[in-house]
Amino acid sequence: MARMELSSLAKRYGQVEVLREIDLTIEDGEFVVLVGPSGCGKSTLLRMIAGLEPISGGELRIDGRRVNETAPRDRDIAMVFQSYALYPHMDVARNMGFSLEIRGKPETERRPRVAAAASTLSLEPLLARLPKALSGGQRQRVAMGRAIVRQPRAFLFDEPLSNLDAALRVDMRLEIARLHKRLAATMIYVTHDQVEAMTLADRIVVLNGGDVQQVGSPLDLYDRPANRFVAQFIGSPTMNILPVTLDDRGLPRLANGAAVPLEGLAPEGVAGRIAEIGLRPEHLVPGAAEGALVSGTADLVEHLGSDTNVYVRTEDYGTLVLRVHGHHPVRSGDALHLHARPGAVHAFDRDGLALPRRSR
Amino acid sequence: MKIAITPDQLIFTEGTRLFPSETSFGNFAKVITQTDFLAYFGNSLIVSLGTAGVTTLIAAGAGYAFSRFDFAGKRVLVGIMLVTQMFPLLMVIAPIYKMVAALGMLNSLTSLIVVYTAFNIPFATFLMQSFFDGIPRDLEEAAMIDGCTRFQALRRIIVPLTLPGLGATLGFVFTAAWSELLFALMLINSNDAMTFPVGLLTFVSKFSVDWGQMMAAGVLALVPSCLFFIFIQRYLVQGLTSGAVKG
Ligand SMILES: Nc1ncnc2c1ncn2[C@@H]1O[C@H](COP(=O)(O)OP(=O)(O)OP(=O)(O)O)[C@@H](O)[C@H]1O
Ligand SMILES: [Mg+2]
Repeated sequence: MARMELSSLAKRYGQVEVLREIDLTIEDGEFVVLVGPSGCGKSTLLRMIAGLEPISGGELRIDGRRVNETAPRDRDIAMVFQSYALYPHMDVARNMGFSLEIRGKPETERRPRVAAAASTLSLEPLLARLPKALSGGQRQRVAMGRAIVRQPRAFLFDEPLSNLDAALRVDMRLEIARLHKRLAATMIYVTHDQVEAMTLADRIVVLNGGDVQQVGSPLDLYDRPANRFVAQFIGSPTMNILPVTLDDRGLPRLANGAAVPLEGLAPEGVAGRIAEIGLRPEHLVPGAAEGALVSGTADLVEHLGSDTNVYVRTEDYGTLVLRVHGHHPVRSGDALHLHARPGAVHAFDRDGLALPRRSR
Repeated sequence: MKIAITPDQLIFTEGTRLFPSETSFGNFAKVITQTDFLAYFGNSLIVSLGTAGVTTLIAAGAGYAFSRFDFAGKRVLVGIMLVTQMFPLLMVIAPIYKMVAALGMLNSLTSLIVVYTAFNIPFATFLMQSFFDGIPRDLEEAAMIDGCTRFQALRRIIVPLTLPGLGATLGFVFTAAWSELLFALMLINSNDAMTFPVGLLTFVSKFSVDWGQMMAAGVLALVPSCLFFIFIQRYLVQGLTSGAVKG
């Protein structure tokens, strides 16, 4: 059980600032997911918390105690590596019990704890095998088991499922969710997978360019992104961004002269500041030519079964994506006129900051 | 091999037949009982094992440091080690002779071990470094998170996985030391301290090239190398790290 406080945490490699001034408090038992583009420092942050990477600035406290200089083994934190990092010369049971062995716990204590973890993860039949005789999914479970056996204060995961195939990934995602519920331990999880982030997280932390862009619950980030970066990063396919111009009354208009439907936005924030609007693919609907925000031709149509993604080529905004529920008869080359669902418009100012939305 | 088991009188008359018409192990017996062969053999064993042991130990330490740490002057050091590999031996042999002589260490096996070790370390270090490079860092880091100090991670995780590398390096250095002639010839004069290759040369002078004995001795000389490789070959089995990490 651990509460972690990161204050002004920074990481530099020589002149290169990878992370600067990260402020974040992770509550005891919370599941926090770190997301961000490749190279933004997610792994680095995780490794700093684990103690594998020296901290260049700021302070890291676990349960109120400063641990900046504490060795990894004294932090009582477990980590699951993307590569699993199983010890190749030890069988599964010994891999899982290694942390207890190294701490001098007797066989009589190790065995039941390994057995308990193995049964949670259905690893009992594999206990005597070497890692090289395991499938990728089994290795992944052993890596998880090794973390569980320790009963640590906190768990760190660095893209633990990214080497698994899609079906297995879903299984393990549910497994991790169950595990979190049962252990109620603090977990910090790095992923590139939108679904993992949205489904597992109590809170998501979006990192970019060495800074925290936004911290919030998954739906918070989805409904009220703080800026254009978060808006485009969360959600798949990504949010469409359309620049707008202000008419002589100060009202935003699209390229074809259509007025931007502003319900959903807090009126006081919009006036004069709006530079772009954002529309999620599922908030665009095809309709009549009259009153359409934008028109174009269907380019690519992706049938996912449950949904259909349509890529629409437009004259003024390049390619836009819309997503319609179920099957849709549209074909490549068809003309489409797009409307926005009421209240769904996001707006950004010239700096990409989100304009406030009406509270629901 | 064939000459070693051919009776003396037949060596020159039989020509190039694959198998001699008669075989005799007399040459082996003669070599072992009537010459200083056993003493040479023992000297070589001491020198080669000593060199292999010391070199591998140092190379393992240096190789680990090169593989895992970034330290000031690392590139310079690697550069120097590369350069030493380019010098022709003949150029350094005289200065080394003088140094050893000045230290009063001529005719000692220790001086041979020291010189061999010095010459083998650079390559052995590169060899060990590449073995360490092949072991993912994640493994040590996982061990340290699991509760190991860096030293414990090294001993419990890295060393067991490096056994093939240690074996290969030991074997390489052992063979190099076993067959080295030039320095042995320069630094050793007394019959007591002669290593095997030098001793073999004495067969040339003492017995006006007794081919039979020389070949018998040569065959015997292969024995330790063979035994040594049989001994370490179980550590040379590849694929020990497979399964550690995916892809
Ligand atoms: N030893 C180093 N020296 C200099 N820069 C480094 C070093 N290690 C990492 N970096 C830089 O730090 C940044 C963050 O790396 P990190 O691995 O944390 O990214 P990440 O967010 O985990 O990316 P990914 O999603 O691809 O795993 C990268 O831009 C990387 O180039
Ligand atoms: Mg990473």
